[in-house]
Amino acid sequence: MSINRRQFITAGTVSTAAVALGSFPYAALAFSEKSQTLIDAFAAGAVPAEGKITLTAPEIAENGNTVPVEVSVESPMSEQDYVTEIMLLGNDNPAPSLATFKYSPASGLARTSTRIRLAKTQDVIALAKMSDGRVFVTSKSVKVTIGGCGG
Amino acid sequence: MANKIKPRVKVPKTATAGEIITIKTLISHKMESGQRKAKDGSLIPRKILNHFKAEFAGTIIFEAEIAPGISANPFFSFNARVQESGEFHFTWTDDDGSIYEAKKSITVS
Repeated sequence: MSINRRQFITAGTVSTAAVALGSFPYAALAFSEKSQTLIDAFAAGAVPAEGKITLTAPEIAENGNTVPVEVSVESPMSEQDYVTEIMLLGNDNPAPSLATFKYSPASGLARTSTRIRLAKTQDVIALAKMSDGRVFVTSKSVKVTIGGCGG
Repeated sequence: MANKIKPRVKVPKTATAGEIITIKTLISHKMESGQRKAKDGSLIPRKILNHFKAEFAGTIIFEAEIAPGISANPFFSFNARVQESGEFHFTWTDDDGSIYEAKKSITVS
């Protein structure tokens, strides 16, 4: 027998993980109806895959009026391969759209930080579009103590 | 609050060619979301900065389409790869059509 126990276990774990990832491209994320519409418009037919994006936001935001977030996408930012756009969404905001950032190879890095408003505890979603049309998605849950949309 | 809108921009004064620099911008603006209600129950109309653009020698480096979900006094930090000395030009566009500008030069060695 050419395969020993250790190799067998490793192989088994890897393939199970691959299947688990493959069958749920982003099933773990639930989007509100308004967000879904915006995501579909942004993706323009592409299916968003998870990965590539790093979204940094506080776990608990005392004040929903100014929540600091930073989003960055792994990319060489060369003429052939760069990030064209990043969209930020607040899934349960009355208007989920927060901002859309546009980059060019002259940006050097696809990284932006800003401050956002969150009406209540919810997921912040980041989508990134590459120059070749691929779309990536990630999300982060933020607990909000005081909402930031007035009313 | 005084309605004087003042942009503030931080760009390094010098850099080496090909370096990726970090730029930080802040502008004082209320960013009225259009969701808030006045004391009499009527909605306060939306008035935000809806667009931001950073250019270097005529090339767009970074652009932002801004929605009401961005906080008052919008802050952005982003990067640029610089090859030569020149001037950065930053432009904010208000809902009412006003434009606010800032310029900063950098020396690249």
